[in-house]
Amino acid sequence: MTELDIAGHVVELVRRLAGPDAQAEVTVTRADLALTRFANSFIHQNVAESGTAVRLRLHVDGRTAAGSGSLVDTDGLTALVERTLAAARLCPPDPAWPGLAPPSPVPAGAVFDEATAFAEPDERAARVRAFVDAVGGLEAAGYCRTAYRSGAFANSAGHSASGRMAEAAMDGIARTGGADGVARRCADRLTELDGAALGGRAAAKARAAADPVELPAGRYEVVLEPAAVADLLQNLSWFGFNGKRYAERQSFAELGVAQFDPAVTLVDDPLHGSALPYDLEGTPRHALTLVDAGTTRAVTHERRSGAEAGVASTGHGIPGAATFGPIPTNLRLLPAAARTAGGDSPAPVGGPAEGIGAGGPTGGTPAGAVADADTAALVAGVERGLLVSDFWYTRVLDPKRLVITGLTRNGMWLVEDGVPTRAVRDFRFTESYPRAMGPGRVLGLGRLPLRQPDRTDGVWWEAPPLRLASWNFTGGASG
Amino acid sequence: MSEFDAASAAVQAALDAGARYADARVMHRSYESMSARNGDIEELTQDESIGLGVRALVGSSWGFHAVPDLSDAAARDAGRRAAAIAAASARVPGPPIDLVPVAATVASWASGCEVDPLGVALSDKGDLLVRATETMRAHGADLAEGLYQIWDTAKWFVSSEGHRIDQRIRESGGGISATSIGDGETQRRSYPSYRGQYGTTGWELVTSLDLPGHAARIAEESRELLTAPECPAGETDLILGGEQLALQIHESVGHAIELDRILGWEAAFAGTSWLDLARLGALRYGSELMNITIDPTIPGALGSFGFDDEGSPAVKRDAVRAGRWVGVLAGRDSAAVAGLGYGGSVRADGWARLPMVRMTNVGLEPGPHTLDEIIAATDDGVLMDINRSWSIDDKRLNFQFGCEVSWEVKKGRRGRMLRNPTYTGIGPVFWRSMDMLSSEIVPWGTPNCGKGQPGQVGHTGHPAAPARFRNVRVGVRA
Repeated sequence: MTELDIAGHVVELVRRLAGPDAQAEVTVTRADLALTRFANSFIHQNVAESGTAVRLRLHVDGRTAAGSGSLVDTDGLTALVERTLAAARLCPPDPAWPGLAPPSPVPAGAVFDEATAFAEPDERAARVRAFVDAVGGLEAAGYCRTAYRSGAFANSAGHSASGRMAEAAMDGIARTGGADGVARRCADRLTELDGAALGGRAAAKARAAADPVELPAGRYEVVLEPAAVADLLQNLSWFGFNGKRYAERQSFAELGVAQFDPAVTLVDDPLHGSALPYDLEGTPRHALTLVDAGTTRAVTHERRSGAEAGVASTGHGIPGAATFGPIPTNLRLLPAAARTAGGDSPAPVGGPAEGIGAGGPTGGTPAGAVADADTAALVAGVERGLLVSDFWYTRVLDPKRLVITGLTRNGMWLVEDGVPTRAVRDFRFTESYPRAMGPGRVLGLGRLPLRQPDRTDGVWWEAPPLRLASWNFTGGASG
Repeated sequence: MSEFDAASAAVQAALDAGARYADARVMHRSYESMSARNGDIEELTQDESIGLGVRALVGSSWGFHAVPDLSDAAARDAGRRAAAIAAASARVPGPPIDLVPVAATVASWASGCEVDPLGVALSDKGDLLVRATETMRAHGADLAEGLYQIWDTAKWFVSSEGHRIDQRIRESGGGISATSIGDGETQRRSYPSYRGQYGTTGWELVTSLDLPGHAARIAEESRELLTAPECPAGETDLILGGEQLALQIHESVGHAIELDRILGWEAAFAGTSWLDLARLGALRYGSELMNITIDPTIPGALGSFGFDDEGSPAVKRDAVRAGRWVGVLAGRDSAAVAGLGYGGSVRADGWARLPMVRMTNVGLEPGPHTLDEIIAATDDGVLMDINRSWSIDDKRLNFQFGCEVSWEVKKGRRGRMLRNPTYTGIGPVFWRSMDMLSSEIVPWGTPNCGKGQPGQVGHTGHPAAPARFRNVRVGVRA
C-alpha cells in the first residue's frame, strides 16, 4: 500500500467504526533516515532507521483526540482507530475545534533527488573520509546525514495530499589546541556536499582561532556568520512569529509596525528547499512573508490558532502545535540583493554560487578567520568589532522582548579597521534579538545565503552573514 | 514470533554478516499526554510504537539499524544492515574497541507502580487539569496551563554474549503553570516545576502533587511578580531551592561526568567536558558538602531501571565524594577506552535510537541543614527557585540560569519577592562555594534531556535539596 492508500484506509476505518459524522484527519509518513557520526577523526556512531508513522486526529461528538502508531497492517491501523476513538469519547468537550481542512490543491514540493533519498552508508562515509583528510591532522568531529520522507494526508472532508522530500546535511568541526572551527551545510542533494571543502573550511577557521585572548565584556559591533544568524531565525520563529504566542500576547510581534531594520526581510519558504508541501492538517504550504523590509507583516497559524485569531491557517500545523504553537520551520533572511518578499536568492541555494566551493565558501582570506568574500565585505567595514562563527545553547530569559542568553562557539575574532586581528575567547551574551535587528541596527547584509540544517530534517534556516551595530556580551565564558 | 525471538534473530544475522558482537532491543512504548489551557483540554495524544534496533560491532566499527517490524525476515534484515553499516564505518576507522565485561544475565525487572497511569479514566485525568487551570484563571493568571505525561515501556534485550533481559518501566508526572502578562513582560509561576515532576511510578505521583491545591497560590504569585522589584545585580549569597539545584546538578555535574563527552565523542554537538580523566580521583569539584551519586536503584526516581540498555545491572556509584571527583557515567565501550571497569549508564530513546551514555539518577546526598536554618543563617542574600531558563557552555563550565521567582533574604529572614532573577558562574568555583546544604532531598525528574544525533530525549533523576552558595553573581540582564 502507498502512504496515500494507508491514509485513505484509516479515514474509511473511522467512518466504519465511528459513523459518518466523525471528522478524521490522517497523516502517513514513511521515513528512511541515516546519520554517520564522527569524532576524534573516526566514525564512532553510524545509524539508519526505516519506518512508517501514522497519525490520526479525530473529532467525534464534540470531542477531540489524537494518536499515532508505527504498525501499518490492518490490525495495527484498526487498533489505532479504536484507541483514538475511545480516547475522544472519554475526553472533555472541545468547543474550539476548528474543523478539517477543505479540499484544495497542494503544490509540488521542492526538487526531489532519488539518489539522496536512498544513499548508501558508503556514500556518507566517503564524505566523512574526505572531511577528515582535509583537516590536515587536526581532530575532526561531526556528521553526514541523509533523509527521505514520503508522506500522504487524507481527511474525511475529502481532502488529500501527498509529497516526498530528500535532504542531505553535513556539519563538522576541526579542532586544534582547544580552538574549533566549523563548517555546516544543508542541501537538497547529497552530491552538493563536498566533505573536503567543508573540512578545509573548518580547519582554516580552527587554525585561525588558536591562542585566543580574553576581551572585556560589553557591547560590540558584530558580524554574524550564517550559522550564528540561523540561531536568530530559529528563536524568532519559535517565540516571535508563533501565532499562538502572539495571540497570548507573549510575542514581541506587532503587525504593521517597523520593528526591524529596513534591510530585514524574512520569508518562511518551505517550497524553496527540502520540506513536504503540506502541513500536519493537510493545509498546503506556501511562502509567507513575515517581515517585509523591516515591517512585521504576519505570524504563522495552524487551524486552531487561526480560528482563534479569526484568520486562515498559514500551513504551520506541526506535531505539538496545540501546545507549543505553530512555528515557521523554513525561514529565510533574504540577502542584500533580493529583498523582495518571496524573491529568489542571487545564488541558487541548492548549488554552489559562483566562485564558492560546493562545501561552502572557502579560503584566501586573512589567517582563515574570514571564510568567504561575502563575509569579508562586511568585515571590511568594521572599525572595531567581533566576527562570530556560531552561537550555542541559547535560551529565553524574557519571552515578550525575546531576551536570549547564550554563548559564542567555534571561533570568534576581534576585527580592527576591517581586518581580523586576534582570536577571542568565547563570550556569554544576553541580548534582545528583535532589538539587535531593529531599525538602524543592521549595518550590512551579505549577498550569498547559506542553508543551515536544523536538528530535525526538513527544518532549515537560510541566511547570509549579517553585520549588526551592537551585541551585548555579558561575560567571558571562562569566568 | 516472540519479542525475544525477533531480537535473537537480529543478533544472529549480524553475527552471520561478520559482526564480532551484536545486541538488539525490542521496545514497545505507549505514551499519553494531555494538556489543558484556561479551563479547556488543549490536546490529548496517545502514541504507540513498537520496533527493533540492532547494534553490530565489526572489527572496531559500530553499525546500527532499526525497523518497526518484528517478523523474522525483517529482524534478520535489520541485523544484516547493521553489520553492513558497521563495515562502512571502517572507511574511517578508529582505535581498537573492547567492551568491559558484563556477566551474561537472564532476568526480568519492573518499576514500581501502585496505580496504572494508563488505567485511570481520561475523564478523571482531564478533570484534574481543567479544575487546576480554572482555579489559576480565577486567581488572576492570564494563561493557565496544565500537563501530564505517561510512558509505559516494555523492552526485551538480547546480546551475542547471552543476555536475555526484559523490563517494564512505567513513568508518570505532570505540573501546572500560571502566566501573567504585563506591559512589556510576562511572569510565570509553576508547580511543582515547569512542565512538572516525573518519576518511574504510577499515577499516584500525580495524585500526590495535589495540583489544584497549589493553583491559586502560583496564579497570585505570577501576578504579584509583575510589580515586584527587579532582582538586584551584583555578587551575593545565593540560596537555591531544590528544584533549581536539581537542574544545576544536571547541567554542571551530570553532563560533565558523561564519559563520551570527556572522551570527545560529543565534541561537535553536545560538547566536551572540562574534566580530565587524568585527574579522576584527585580533582576537587566542590566543597566537602558535595556528595553526588550515580544511582539508578532509587525506587520511583525518573532515572531508575533494573538494567541499562547494554545489559549492565543497575549499581549505585559515587561521582563526587566529599567534594572530590571520583566517578563517571559510562558505557561498556567508553569505559574500556578510558581504562575503567564499569559501564551501566547507557540508554536508548526508543527502539529506533542507538544506546548512548545517559544520566541515570545523578544527585546529592542529604546535607546537615534545613532550608529554614539556611535562611536564618544568611545575613544578606537572595533565595531563587523554579527554573525558567538554562544555558551552559560546551565544556559545562560557564552557566547562566534564570528562575521564576526569588526573595531577598535579610538578617536571617525571607523578605520581598523579586522578579527576573538570574545567576551565573563557573561550575567548580560555584560548587566549591556551597557552604550549607539541606537534608530535605527530593528526587526531581527531568523528562526532556536532549543529546545525540539523531536527537534523543532522555529521562533523568536528580535528588536535590536547598543549598547556599557564597558570593555568586546575580541579576544579569540585557
